[in-house]
Amino acid sequence: MNAQLDPCDKCEEMMQPYLDGTLSDREVAEAEQHLGRCKWCAKRYRFEERLRRYVRVELSEAMPPELKAKLAALRTSLQL
Amino acid sequence: MSESTPTAADARRVAQLARDRVRFEEEALQLSDQVYRVARRLVGSREEADDLVQQAYERAFRSWQSYTPGTNMRAWLLRILTNLNIDKGRRQQRSPQTTSLDDAGDYFLYNKLEAATAEENLDEERVLEKLSQDSIVEALADVPHDFRDTIVLVDIGEFSYADAAQILDVPIGTVMSRLHRGRRILKKNLADRTVTA
Repeated sequence: MNAQLDPCDKCEEMMQPYLDGTLSDREVAEAEQHLGRCKWCAKRYRFEERLRRYVRVELSEAMPPELKAKLAALRTSLQL
Repeated sequence: MSESTPTAADARRVAQLARDRVRFEEEALQLSDQVYRVARRLVGSREEADDLVQQAYERAFRSWQSYTPGTNMRAWLLRILTNLNIDKGRRQQRSPQTTSLDDAGDYFLYNKLEAATAEENLDEERVLEKLSQDSIVEALADVPHDFRDTIVLVDIGEFSYADAAQILDVPIGTVMSRLHRGRRILKKNLADRTVTA
């Protein structure tokens, strides 16, 4: 992370790794310290969390029953 | 005929193999919903996803003995499926050009959505409601395929970075960088579709 960045720019850079849980303990503490006093960034972090969940739900499509039946028909019958 | 009569041990081995195969197939079929969920977003249409999943299961059932019991079967099935997808050139590639992200950081989408509304201090749930399912589907489809595959595996399939790296046969650092950039492209695409509409 670039130490010369504006605090909000730096917080923006940390958002993805923060939500992915890949920041170091020191970086997590730094991000949380900023988020605790910056509502502007905190709102954007909350939005990102919800967006990820929303994208996962909206893009999840159930398998058609016909395909499930076709896959089941591929099974080997047990002949002992 | 010079073949010797099968012994009881041979018969037991054959029976055990048959039982192992059936167990493998049952386990693989139990994962089919999750496999389909990922496949559906790797390709452009439901028909393509159906074909791809069926072919992946046919191949998996043929080569079941190459699966190592106790390892991640879902990742193993997805590895077969993504390889088939690459082999067939069925990638949904609408925009081969590199998307410029010079002005699109991780706050880009929120900033655009907020700026487009007349209301002050909108909460994040209300901002999110501005995104339609169609816009998300289209925005993802327009993410270049290497980035999209990674987003689909990690953010939709909920695979770990390590599993995604194994499935795509790339280093874990590549998964992380593609994911980071891919999510930014996705958000820029969403902003383009939602704010200008």
